Amino acid sequence: MLLTSYEFIGFLALVIIINYLCPKKARKYFLLAASVLFYATAGLWGLLYIGAITVLVYISSRLIGKNQEAYAVWAKENKAVLPKEQRKAYREKQAGKRLLFLTVAVILCLGVMVIGRIPGLIAPMGLSFYTLQALGYLIDVNRENIKPERNFFKLSLFIGFFPQLVQGPISRYEELAPSLFEGRDFDIKNISLGVWRIMWGFFKKLVIADRLFSGVQTITSDTSKYRGAYILVLMILFSLELYADFSGGIDIVIGTAKALGIDVQENFIRPYFSKSLKEYWRRWHITMCNWFRNYLFYSVSTAKWLQKFSKFCRKRMGEAFGKRLPLYVATFIVWGATGLWHGFTWNYFVWGLSNWFILMLSEELEPVYEKIRGHIPFADKLPYRLFQMGRTFLLVCCMNLFDCYSSVGDTLGMFGSIFTEGNFGILFDGSLAGIGYSLSDAVIIAAGLLIMLCVSLLQRKGSVRERILRLAPPARYALFTCLLVAVLLFGIYGVGYDSTQFIYNRF
Amino acid sequence: MAQMDKLMEILTDLHPEIDFETQDGLMDKAILDSMDIVHLVTEIGDEFDVTISAKDLLPENFNSAQAIFEMIERLEEE
Repeated sequence: MLLTSYEFIGFLALVIIINYLCPKKARKYFLLAASVLFYATAGLWGLLYIGAITVLVYISSRLIGKNQEAYAVWAKENKAVLPKEQRKAYREKQAGKRLLFLTVAVILCLGVMVIGRIPGLIAPMGLSFYTLQALGYLIDVNRENIKPERNFFKLSLFIGFFPQLVQGPISRYEELAPSLFEGRDFDIKNISLGVWRIMWGFFKKLVIADRLFSGVQTITSDTSKYRGAYILVLMILFSLELYADFSGGIDIVIGTAKALGIDVQENFIRPYFSKSLKEYWRRWHITMCNWFRNYLFYSVSTAKWLQKFSKFCRKRMGEAFGKRLPLYVATFIVWGATGLWHGFTWNYFVWGLSNWFILMLSEELEPVYEKIRGHIPFADKLPYRLFQMGRTFLLVCCMNLFDCYSSVGDTLGMFGSIFTEGNFGILFDGSLAGIGYSLSDAVIIAAGLLIMLCVSLLQRKGSVRERILRLAPPARYALFTCLLVAVLLFGIYGVGYDSTQFIYNRF
Repeated sequence: MAQMDKLMEILTDLHPEIDFETQDGLMDKAILDSMDIVHLVTEIGDEFDVTISAKDLLPENFNSAQAIFEMIERLEEE
């Protein structure tokens, strides 16, 4: 069931009504049943995967929790009795046991994820999203940031809450659980905010992303005809499509949760306004980046072997470089894993490593940049900031090419053709009319992008929806009608047409 | 107090432009990024003979110089 399908709208309306009719305490169970039903529509076999992950994580988190409780009792009883060294040895032994439970569970869960994503098989919907979310929960339990959930059904709902099952956001237990299990009372403001957000998501997905899709498809489908300047056009069109598609989908997810009174974490903060790649990764797919930082980067970079390696490097290579090298090793592992999380192909792996390389190079060159900025009189003014944003956007566009072609060779070949083909004339001679957009398509895309840009600019001063809801009712209804009509008239859909699959569904 | 001075030295070496005496929200406001945090873990580990693990890398332990200092004292006791 696609988030933009008629079925989903009907399903959602029913879920919202029944949810608020249910007694408060029963709402979480109803939402779990609705989530199972939602997931079952994508194929019953998919339930096996999510079921396996949930059972694995439940059992291991309970084992870890029990060990923590037993250790706490022991530590209290023996604090005044045993010497410090003996207590330390016992503490480390117990921590080792918990680490064993955690490692086994992580390996098994990753095993399930790998089996589900073997190239050639149909991957179960949202597998890599809910696996990360479940593992994050388990690691938080092991770090004693949260207590393990005793109620299996509550944990199942956390892992499988239906809207975010498809493409995230990847929530942390401590952030999602309170509003997910509370069963908040009906509040018309939540419904309004939710419906506005869902409609805005529909606009981004159906009017902008799905209309951009045909041009992207045309260019990528013929590598001998569409080369050179076409690739420049492709990477910009695809990056805009990707943002409208992914953030539009996330708007539908967060809006759906909001209408049910549930707070889901934001996943984007106007990422294409970033002034560096480092900033971009704080504003794009935020929950995934936070996951890799909190659970992988911190774990790897504080691991004993890496700290030892750090000491070794400082002795042999000097303080300055020796200090940084282990960090680069840790970030290499993290970006390699981030690439592979997107797909077990060389393309995604190289994409991950390109990000790593540019981020590390920027880190190394920062003193040089600072000197250069010192010589630019307008370095803190708008034109320079716009230059930085444009540069970062282009950089991201280049790396997004890895997502357009299926092999590293094709991707690099196509990228290289921008510089060798010398066909920049196609940008002005009307050739672009042949990539699959009619004049009306072009006008709708341009208008849609302009509206999205204006909304992004307005967002910098706070929530646009909150401001709309403060308007007088006639103005509010008129605006909503405009948005609805725009989606109905200009959205790519209709009888017999099922909206294009979300790009991030495949990850 | 000498220990607090050592910590302040590590922090100002890392970011001379930040006034660590008064600045709070170091981690929450992303004044220190993840690379800075890991850098601090190594430096503090060397200087204070404590082991900071991934579970300690929380905003409440890194939001201010005082919070970092309290974490070090706690780890030294363990």
